[in-house]
Amino acid sequence: MLKDITIGQYFPGDSIIHRLDPRIKLIIVFLFIGSLFFINNFIPYAFILAFILLIIKISGVPLSFIVKGLKPLVFIILITFSINIFLTAGEVILTIGPLTVTKEGLYFAFFMGIRLVFLITGTSLLTLTTSPIALTDGIEDLLKPFKKIGLPSHELAMMMTIALRFIPTLLEETDKIMKAQMARGADFESGNLLRRAKNLVPLLVPLFINAFRRAEELATAMEARCYRGGDDRTSLNELRMDRKDIVILFGSLVFFGLIISSRFVMDGI
Amino acid sequence: MIMKISDLKYIYNPNTPFEKKALDNINVEIDRGEFIGLIGHTGSGKSTLVQHLNRLMKPTSGTILIDGIDINEKETDLKSIRQKVGLVFQYPEHQLFEETIYKDIAFGPKNLDLSEEEIEERVRDSMELVGLDYDTLKDRSPFELSGGQKRRVAIAGVVAMKPDILILDEPTAGLDPRGRDEILGEIQDLYKKNDITIILVSHSMEDIARLVDRILVMHKGKISMDDTTVEVFKRVDELKNMGLGVPQITEFMRAFHKKGNKVKETVLTVEEGRDEILKYLRSKSDA
Amino acid sequence: MDDVMIKINKATYEYKSLIDDSIQQAVKNVDIEVKKGEFLVILGHNGSGKSTLAKLMNGLLLPARGDIDVMGMNTRDDEQIWNIREKTGMVFQNPDNQIVATIVEEDVAFGPENLGVPQEEIRKRVDEALELVEMTDYKTHAPHLLSGGQKQRVAIAGILAMRPDCIIFDEPTSMLDPSGRIEVMNTIKKLNKDDEKTIVLITHYMDEAVEGDRVLVMEDGEIVMEGTPREVFSQVEKVKSYGLDVPQVTELAYELRKAGLDIREDILSIEELVELL
Repeated sequence: MLKDITIGQYFPGDSIIHRLDPRIKLIIVFLFIGSLFFINNFIPYAFILAFILLIIKISGVPLSFIVKGLKPLVFIILITFSINIFLTAGEVILTIGPLTVTKEGLYFAFFMGIRLVFLITGTSLLTLTTSPIALTDGIEDLLKPFKKIGLPSHELAMMMTIALRFIPTLLEETDKIMKAQMARGADFESGNLLRRAKNLVPLLVPLFINAFRRAEELATAMEARCYRGGDDRTSLNELRMDRKDIVILFGSLVFFGLIISSRFVMDGI
Repeated sequence: MIMKISDLKYIYNPNTPFEKKALDNINVEIDRGEFIGLIGHTGSGKSTLVQHLNRLMKPTSGTILIDGIDINEKETDLKSIRQKVGLVFQYPEHQLFEETIYKDIAFGPKNLDLSEEEIEERVRDSMELVGLDYDTLKDRSPFELSGGQKRRVAIAGVVAMKPDILILDEPTAGLDPRGRDEILGEIQDLYKKNDITIILVSHSMEDIARLVDRILVMHKGKISMDDTTVEVFKRVDELKNMGLGVPQITEFMRAFHKKGNKVKETVLTVEEGRDEILKYLRSKSDA
Repeated sequence: MDDVMIKINKATYEYKSLIDDSIQQAVKNVDIEVKKGEFLVILGHNGSGKSTLAKLMNGLLLPARGDIDVMGMNTRDDEQIWNIREKTGMVFQNPDNQIVATIVEEDVAFGPENLGVPQEEIRKRVDEALELVEMTDYKTHAPHLLSGGQKQRVAIAGILAMRPDCIIFDEPTSMLDPSGRIEVMNTIKKLNKDDEKTIVLITHYMDEAVEGDRVLVMEDGEIVMEGTPREVFSQVEKVKSYGLDVPQVTELAYELRKAGLDIREDILSIEELVELL
């Protein structure tokens, strides 16, 4: 169940996409998300699709892996799809009981459905091709200018690193405590919702207590290793952009510029 | 016979490139009232094996019979398996969750749907067995206790289910010598006073030598030795090749024997070694 | 004074009991000098105050009374505290809870990054430290997939990358399996012998204490025994009365002596006793 989620997972590789400066990748993903909201026609979608497929191809991440990542979100996509299909006013083409499907609704539902799938695929491509460390470094660096207005960019990045570091440890611990309580006859699987929630107490209490204990020990260990916040800190991996990064950045700027401007030259649906 | 494990296999991630045989054709028979040591290097499959014994894990193939009942049959009641086979995990104090020691120990018996009186009696008995005073401690929070005390509460929580087979995974890990001796003493007491079968998983050969009658050695998912404690500890070189050892006293006697002294080659405790050497030296001076 | 690494002068540490708010003393009026290059073992059962003493040595805790000087720097001095921690690194019990980053080499770099060491220098230190603990092959691995002994060696590398003169080990092996314990002990011995690091090892395992140059036994916040491992362990009854073990051969020699045999008491190894009998 937990292991099926591919969002946020890293798929190690050595493609040009993997090696791209994480800051550039973040900027491109922002551009990508932004431009999705400007699109008002299926033609730019075709270009976006081509763009995504190209990146998947270059990155070497198997397509099946990405499709698997969409699975847990099918529910959300379906809900969005049905809301749009039934609640859009316009030319009625089908009536099922009290529900009507309009031509506009059908278009719109497909349109939003595709947007959502692109959104998810695009962002998961970022995490699939960027190691958590690089991603954190990238975010920290991009947020640095906002430090002047009080945004704790280093602290945020540190928290993200620690969270990523301890997720596997805590998952393992969850499994262990669950089994230990099951060995004492605990039942996590049956009963109604309320009962199940109550049955989680023997799992959640130790999990929190252990997490706090870990946090305390980690804080002490960090202090012993001279950690005192982000000022004057250096880094093993300083981010450096090279020619390739700049070229790709400019290429993307032009591509997404064109996608965005399509809104102003094409007719909406 | 209380337990019979036949052709047990467990494969992680079958039919993928990450396929790994964690248990490879395990066959073991255990009689009622045995005190067994289960040893093996980390990753040898010990933990995987013990988690199969109360159906926390299901085998890829093979069967486990407890009192003649196949525990992996659909009809077999899960609760009765968990009651019959008590499993104390490593660092069990990390599973404590209740406000009071009483409530925490009562968790298992409660899950067995026992009456209040029965639960109270069991909590009292099991606290006594692990050396915790019922009246002064029952309403205290388990989190106020020292590490060794917390571990006792956790062990009592499993003992209170009155298992026929009690499995303890590294019950002395991280304890200091005094804490270790106390817990081992209580386990030995528990064994003597009750009609119970115990499986002790441990990395400490001294603990194993002191307590158990029979040793199962696991190596790469297989049972590579299954014999009495003395016989297993005779095979020092094989054990060392598996990343295991023998108690220092056992190694000493072996070295002493090798130098041509006619003493028993394998002893398990310091007392045994002392008596053997004294006997030998006396016979030598008599001659 | 030049040969003293850490000087603990009549240090007392107090804390408030969680149960009844009373003031308790974890360390009582302790005097210790840790010499440069020395391998000092502090032995004691859980709750004897040995971990508190360790945390006093690098200013993670401050004494209620008395002073601790690390290479002449007082741990109360806020100006010096980071220099003190740079010079006296500390490795803790739980390997999981001291690794910060998701990649081994990133974690080793954490200390020097905090010290503001320039990038090329960090790279050099990280590579050297991983080499010393023999973890170079794992430098791009995720720490959570390593064995306990490997994790602990990564933690040691993380300290070495700060280039300390002294490393304090607070029960570094108590959560490890036997092979992990051997890996870590071998690393510690190597750091002391080959790299001349001053070592303070806090432990309750007698087989580790035997490796030290000098052993201090702690009980109830006080130093109750001091000497070479041979001197300390030959007092079998006394060591046992503090809830500690002696090596089985030492105990055997003691038992034989008690039974009337004329043999030395200060036996530490199998070979010694075999020779003697």
